[in-house]
Amino acid sequence: MSRPRNLAVVALVILVALFLLPFVAEKFTVQFATRILIMAIFAMSLNLLIGQAGLVSLGHAAFFGIAGYCLALSSPQYQAANFWTSLPLAMVAAGALALVIGALVLRTGGIYFIMATLAFAQMLFFLLHDTGIAGGSDGMYIYVRPDAGVFGWHPFDLEKFGDFYFVVLALFVIVFGFIAVLRASLFGRVLAGIRVNEQRMRSLGFATFRYKLACFVIAGMLAGTAGYLAAVQFGVVNPDMLGWHLSGAVLMMVILGGMGTLAGPVVGAAVMLLLELGLQSMPEAGTLHLGKHWQLPMGIAIVLVALYLPNGIARLLRWGSADD
Amino acid sequence: MDLATFLIQLLNAVQYGLLLFLIAGGLTLIFGIMGIINLAHGSFYMVGAYLAWSLSMHLGSLWLALPAGIVLSVLLGIALEWLLIRRLYRLGHLQQVLLTYGLILIVEELRSIIWGDEVHGVPAPDLLSASIPLTDMLSYPVYRLWISAVCIVLAALLYVLIQRTRLGMTIRAGATNREMVQSLGIDIDLLYRFVFALGVALAAFAGMIAAPVSSVFPGMGNQVLIVCFVVVVIGGIGSVKGAMIGALLIGLVDTFGKVVELKVGSFRLLPELAGMSVYLLMAVVLLWRPAGLFGKRA
Repeated sequence: MSRPRNLAVVALVILVALFLLPFVAEKFTVQFATRILIMAIFAMSLNLLIGQAGLVSLGHAAFFGIAGYCLALSSPQYQAANFWTSLPLAMVAAGALALVIGALVLRTGGIYFIMATLAFAQMLFFLLHDTGIAGGSDGMYIYVRPDAGVFGWHPFDLEKFGDFYFVVLALFVIVFGFIAVLRASLFGRVLAGIRVNEQRMRSLGFATFRYKLACFVIAGMLAGTAGYLAAVQFGVVNPDMLGWHLSGAVLMMVILGGMGTLAGPVVGAAVMLLLELGLQSMPEAGTLHLGKHWQLPMGIAIVLVALYLPNGIARLLRWGSADD
Repeated sequence: MDLATFLIQLLNAVQYGLLLFLIAGGLTLIFGIMGIINLAHGSFYMVGAYLAWSLSMHLGSLWLALPAGIVLSVLLGIALEWLLIRRLYRLGHLQQVLLTYGLILIVEELRSIIWGDEVHGVPAPDLLSASIPLTDMLSYPVYRLWISAVCIVLAALLYVLIQRTRLGMTIRAGATNREMVQSLGIDIDLLYRFVFALGVALAAFAGMIAAPVSSVFPGMGNQVLIVCFVVVVIGGIGSVKGAMIGALLIGLVDTFGKVVELKVGSFRLLPELAGMSVYLLMAVVLLWRPAGLFGKRA
């Protein structure tokens, strides 16, 4: 009984600390925390696919990127889009894409699914990279951040990094809560059942394909939310947002944190980004600039995690499992 | 498109497809026999190309660089299998994806530290540097024909090895039932090490012979890896025959997608969308046969 209560206390402390952060930290720290929260939303969305439904996608960046592009394309040039319409629009676009891709790739399973998701994401990458519909390989700039006005009232200003942080934090909490509810719901239980034994679920009368497709679409929309926020933060979108390097990195976050756990992807995202920051600021050793080659220690870390920490940090700390 | 141009493109398509087969064949073999999904396979192609470049500079000729490169890549394959890959057999696909993804980063950075980030060219050997004239304007390089010929010979040798020799029989048996083969007194670990080294050497060799036509550049492995995934998925994972058919199909679609002009109304579909064409082909195949052309049904 005491374990869930302890976890709730830890979660509350972290939430309060996150809320107080902009009042004490400087601009760089707040922006970096914003980045971590955005990637945490992205990682949580992938975890819904992998941890809950057992679907390992290596093309999840497609939905992240398409939502970013949706904002860039729907913003009038040199003017602001409206936050309250452009965010739902980006989510719907990501969800619609997930519906189409999901209907195709879910026909396959296991290793074919990994490769098929990768291939579809690459297809979109080349569509945006090789054609001029959205700026080609250079991508597009978002000159003015979305405007949060409703009937003349402006609750917050996304041009201010502090306001933007609170918007991202609020969305992070909403997504976290949504996934927690989803996992405990009948829908979440059916997905967990499909992961463990799909044939048995089918024999019990569940239309497993529809459940998996619904999960794929929800995960796509949540990834789209993260992609939209990333586009707002950086003010630029380019084909790399859909690239397989990002799909691989977010997969890494999920596994590092602990797939199937609620907090795992968040921990994974924070650890990965902090590790990246730390490695990039490594000093020069003789003629070798270590910071420039930060991917070497990162690669070694990934290999070690795969071999010695296959269940992630959250499982190591015994923070619940997917089956509880 | 006149006949000479068509012929040139057809030869290019076949050459590209055969080269892809060398890489995808190893990839599918490693998966089919060892059950390992190897994302780092494209990195071995890149290592091969860089080996060809640096060895042919030091040794003075590609002819000397090729055997030296093959020996080095076999050693690399054996070392990697012993150090990392053999620990993966008891882990799931997810850990395999993760470990080999980490391996890509490591190989890419080591390449950057050892060989730098510049683009390099490798000259074709003098013996093969001629061109065969087709018309007054067009000619075809002998070196590309040589690539195709070498790939066909290797594919035939691979077929004989797997289907017609005792070693091949043991490998196939090991793919079906690992424990049974082991209990018959065959050292399955040694067998797996051989298969992995063979796959690495094939990919690296493809990189070596491709170096004079495609140049040597950072990230070249990842580009090829994704295309090889498509080849393997189209052919059916684990099927060497499927990899051959898939590779040739991709070679044709990719090459002709870049030279054929196709318009719908005023919008040019090809060659603008040529980069997408191979993925589109894969989507169609997956819809038609979810386990690929020659894959066993899951």
